Amino acid sequence: MSEREIDDVTGVETTGHEWDGIKELNNPLPRWWLWTFYASVVFAIGYTIAFPAWPLISSATPGLLGYSSRADHAAEVAAAKAAQGKTLARIAQMPVGDILADQDLSRFASAGGNSLFKVYCSQCHGTGATGAVGYPNLNDDEWIWGGTIDDIYTTIAHGARSPSDTDTRYNLMPPFADGLLDTAQIGSVARYVASLSGIEGGEASPEGEQLFMDNCSSCHGESGQGMIEVGGPSLNDGIWLYEGSLAAIEAQIAQPQHGVMPAWLPRLGDEAVKQLAIYVHGLGGGQ
Amino acid sequence: MPGFIALAGGAFICFALAGLAADAPFRSHMAVMALVLAIGAAFVARIPERSPAEIEAEQAGYFDAPIRYGTILTVFWGCVGFLVGVIIALQLAFPDLNLAPFFNFGRMRPLHTSAVVFAFGGTALMTTSFYVVQRTCRARLFSEPLTWFVFWGYQIFIVMAATGYLLGITESREYAEPEWYVDIWLTIVWVAYLLLFLGTLIKRKEPHIYVANWFYLAFIVTIALLHVVNNLAVPVSFFGSKSYSLFAGVQDALTQWWYGHNAVGFFLTAGFLGMMYYYMPKQAERPVYSYRLSIIHFWALIFMYIWAGPHHLHYTALPDWAQTLGMVFSIMLWMPSWGGMINGLMTLRGAWDKMRTDPIIRMMVVAVAFYGMSTFEGPVMSIKSVNGLSHYTDWTIGHVHSGALGWVGMITFGAIYFMAPRLWGRKQLYSLRLVNWHFWLATVGIVIYAAVMWVSGIMQGLMWREYDADGFLVYSFAESVAALHPYYIARAFGGFLYLLGGLVMAFNIWMTIRGKVRNERPIIQPTAALQPAE
Repeated sequence: MSEREIDDVTGVETTGHEWDGIKELNNPLPRWWLWTFYASVVFAIGYTIAFPAWPLISSATPGLLGYSSRADHAAEVAAAKAAQGKTLARIAQMPVGDILADQDLSRFASAGGNSLFKVYCSQCHGTGATGAVGYPNLNDDEWIWGGTIDDIYTTIAHGARSPSDTDTRYNLMPPFADGLLDTAQIGSVARYVASLSGIEGGEASPEGEQLFMDNCSSCHGESGQGMIEVGGPSLNDGIWLYEGSLAAIEAQIAQPQHGVMPAWLPRLGDEAVKQLAIYVHGLGGGQ
Repeated sequence: MPGFIALAGGAFICFALAGLAADAPFRSHMAVMALVLAIGAAFVARIPERSPAEIEAEQAGYFDAPIRYGTILTVFWGCVGFLVGVIIALQLAFPDLNLAPFFNFGRMRPLHTSAVVFAFGGTALMTTSFYVVQRTCRARLFSEPLTWFVFWGYQIFIVMAATGYLLGITESREYAEPEWYVDIWLTIVWVAYLLLFLGTLIKRKEPHIYVANWFYLAFIVTIALLHVVNNLAVPVSFFGSKSYSLFAGVQDALTQWWYGHNAVGFFLTAGFLGMMYYYMPKQAERPVYSYRLSIIHFWALIFMYIWAGPHHLHYTALPDWAQTLGMVFSIMLWMPSWGGMINGLMTLRGAWDKMRTDPIIRMMVVAVAFYGMSTFEGPVMSIKSVNGLSHYTDWTIGHVHSGALGWVGMITFGAIYFMAPRLWGRKQLYSLRLVNWHFWLATVGIVIYAAVMWVSGIMQGLMWREYDADGFLVYSFAESVAALHPYYIARAFGGFLYLLGGLVMAFNIWMTIRGKVRNERPIIQPTAALQPAE
């Protein structure tokens, strides 16, 4: 049973054990394997001397390098803040219009605004700020609440219909189906609105025009050009928040939908909102 | 008869528990289990009684009946696990494939991981350990009823876990998702498994215990320990599906990753090394390269592995000292892991020509090569600065799969192909050429999978940390997700090839069991015997 023999192929002695025909050669540990193993142990010991490692009763050995991941992180954050500190301080002090006029500051703010936009705004407005049904496209030159840098700043800072902000952008269109207009009238005015931008099914009937003048023009303007002062969207430029079809227009007149945007100033702070305003302003439609 | 009574009794108990249930998921789960066990009982009742002569003949040799079931079930669970893997890979690429609530990613993902690790891997380990321990101890498994209990008890655990996931029952602990009552059942089964294995070792007729059995034993003992500690929990109700962990906060996280990492270490490494140590020398018909290496790397491996878990929690609330230790133990683990690779590959010394003629040897060699690669990649990824890039990215997923598909899968396939003809008394497999097909489908699948995940993982890590010159983040998280889309499709394709290989194996094994032999050309054309130079 326990008889050592020489393996014919390799010329190495076996251990003399055998299990179900399996034998074992009595080869030594490969040198390179052993020395690499030793080296990894030496490295491990060295590393634990240099870095926090061995647990004691209520703390652990701190390591010769005095490393701490929290301190390391705090230092990185401090360095990042210091690198941006002076520029951010200037942004904090200057009105947003002046920042836009300053080439260097404007470039910096736009880069910061881009980064912030991806984190806080892209969920609704899209990564390219092209919007979606119910969420305005920010690349075009239609601005419900105005497209100057100050207008944009105010809209972002206070939000739209934000319940937590008394200065929020607030407009509300009444549901005309709730006793204000009958179904035929809604159809008629909807066809009139559709005709303003040449939508299929649109028809500029005198009745529709009269209804528009009586019920809509006070907010949307007499030619449907929109009124920034009251946040009345323009209806004659082919840009639509809730789809540009006759059916969608009819639905919006009957039971309008209204979106909400949070007031970002309390959440992100003045510097961030300024950067966002400059980024959005620079997307193409800023006035 | 005892089998019928146990299953019917189990079905009745589950039925009663469904009636007593404190919450709806528990009721559904117990009702499902009652149905499964009742079907099982009906099947058992139809098995004809064996004559005393048959029983005597059967008891003369090794106890191979559960091993035959285990071989079939390993192949079955493998195909199920690979299929679910392909489905969830596609769900990541095309989110519309999430069919809420039962088949959304959150429920399908643990179904995949448990199906491959515990159903496929676990059944493979249990089956091969029964095969190996008997043959290397020259002893029959020491108790037949205990063996049946362990074997079917474990299958019941698998069904309980899988049905629970789809019903939304989970502890939310990665690789330990089953709830408290499933955990208790597994604990009972596992302790019985330990007793069965130890009992058989004790009555061995060989003077020494073969190295494969050390690894199997380390796997069984440590998994028992890990499973019990990680699942310590307080159930909300003894008739309910919800429990709360005994640990909280970072202690809970550390316990979980002590478990999670050693599930890899002792389930997917030690256990399968046991498999490698038997089937590789058997198939190669060569002695194991070095007895001394096997001793040293065994003890080094099991000593080092157990400390490496904290590397899953780098740069978290875990104290720095624990992170340091997790990292250095992972680095020291490199050579002990490679000891197994060396012993596997060097065992082929004098038999390398079989790489050309024997696709089963080829599978085993590729398995060991992937084992070597992923046990090098692991220590590299545990280095904190590397981990800062790799953690939470697809790189980790790629790493796991090069180990799981490459090492665990391939060595298991090799073992299955080795055992199947022997278990069913066939002279040979149905087709070696189909084994070759399986080999190439699986290998190409793994290479695609791992390479794609390296690229996507590193890209993901770099996108997350990219700052512009002004110190602003360049990409949003959503942009990094969008960038992964083509890689996710490619990954699903790699997985699909692997699944295809699994189905080829299933067909081949099925035909082998039926005793068919495919009429085919041998892999290497017989050539005239070489003439000595004159």
